[in-house]
Amino acid sequence: MRLVIPLSITLITGLIMILNYFVPHEPFRFLGDNLQEWYMIVASAAIFLGTINLVQVHVRKIRLKLTNWRYSPVTLVGLVIMLVTGLIYGVVEGAPFDFLFQSMVVPMGATMFSLLAFFVASAAFRAFRASNWRATLLLTSAFLVMLGQVPIGSMLWDKIPLAKVWLMAIPNTAGQRAVMIGAAMGVVATSLRMIFGIERSYLGGSD
Amino acid sequence: MARLMQRIGNLDRRVIFVLIALSVFLPLSFRIVFPNPVGAEPSRQLYDYVEALPAGSTVLLSFDYDPSTMPELQPMAYAVCQHLFRRDIRIVAMALWPQGASLGQEVLSEVADSLGGEQYVDWCNLGYKTGGGVMIVRLGSSIQAVFPADKDNRPWAEIPMLRDISSLTDFALVISLSAGDPGVPAWVMMAGDRFGVPIGGGCTAVSAPQFYPYLGTGQMVGMMGGLKGAADYESLVREGTEGAPQGQAIEGMAPQSVAHLVIMLLIVVGNISYFAQKRKGGAR
Repeated sequence: MRLVIPLSITLITGLIMILNYFVPHEPFRFLGDNLQEWYMIVASAAIFLGTINLVQVHVRKIRLKLTNWRYSPVTLVGLVIMLVTGLIYGVVEGAPFDFLFQSMVVPMGATMFSLLAFFVASAAFRAFRASNWRATLLLTSAFLVMLGQVPIGSMLWDKIPLAKVWLMAIPNTAGQRAVMIGAAMGVVATSLRMIFGIERSYLGGSD
Repeated sequence: MARLMQRIGNLDRRVIFVLIALSVFLPLSFRIVFPNPVGAEPSRQLYDYVEALPAGSTVLLSFDYDPSTMPELQPMAYAVCQHLFRRDIRIVAMALWPQGASLGQEVLSEVADSLGGEQYVDWCNLGYKTGGGVMIVRLGSSIQAVFPADKDNRPWAEIPMLRDISSLTDFALVISLSAGDPGVPAWVMMAGDRFGVPIGGGCTAVSAPQFYPYLGTGQMVGMMGGLKGAADYESLVREGTEGAPQGQAIEGMAPQSVAHLVIMLLIVVGNISYFAQKRKGGAR
């Protein structure tokens, strides 16, 4: 029974959604709309689960004094402060929650992503070698795209941005399209396997 | 010479970090601005599409990013909002990412204030809803079912500009400013392909290559890729806009230019060192 119920739900909902796509009329429209709303409700509930999990993980980390446990109180205090300010004052523009978001979350988030530039530069210096003709081709393309992506490229030679546009629109598109078609076929195959109960790994067990 | 090459090859990464920091810091400090000619880029296609929209139409602007990618995507949001307000096109904003709703609110209220746009008449922010692609499909049948109220809890029925809006097909264009998933692919597949709504977008430079197939097939009407895409759009919008707040993308082009040159120089130096050591039989 533990297996039959979830497999039946997957089969029925999967078939309804497929029929809803090809037959956008009643009763499939009604069923499809409702299932989509259920999905949103379930996904919203996952946010609460995530919060509970976050608290559990960090409380355990503090209790057992695991590696880097000193960062965990900061996480928990941040969570509580944002939660309390959001619940009491709301999340409208100008409220304390918005002030904390704009003054702390925004700059810290932007800083984290900006650090990537340093690591990319270091990695490029050490790993980007013209060791064979394929690597040289990649290196040349990268140089053209990097120069074409900034104004200094057109200042050096006005054909560089054109070369960049050609590289992106022709060879890049050909490669990306192959990847997308392959991935889409994989998604279709996996979805059908899940709907018909052949693929069961999403249930969590090996059976 | 061989020892010098070896030392260069083993350059301390802190030196590289300092060089990159200076390449960003110095152009910003001296306020260096490079001219930004806009060629046949996808950002121009998006601009031309918006330019051709009739005044009074409504565009859905989805803020599908968070603060980590804000340096690239927020300038796009400013430029697009300036363009839309200048053309008297109404904006309905929403977000597929939780933090995108607040970032969008900041942009919309600032640009609207500077250009005389009025909330609930010229623009509104519906906020964030979870669900990604599935939620977009639901928007195709009823937006009110997904967003019964806006971000500030104002009921749908009390927002005048939403009276003529019921589903995705009522929008002249959907623009997704996307940092990942859910984002542009979900809008293209669910809103564009399924409901026939024109899709435009903006994305980080690193994810731009994967969206070029959508441009080739016409599934996207245009795209801003990275800070360069934002700078292009800003350049095009600034040609005719007065009084709008200054965008950051064009100013960001100088540090990005210098940083790209520094990285390229580092790669060249690294390769010289590599081949020098290889000749000596030391490199692998």
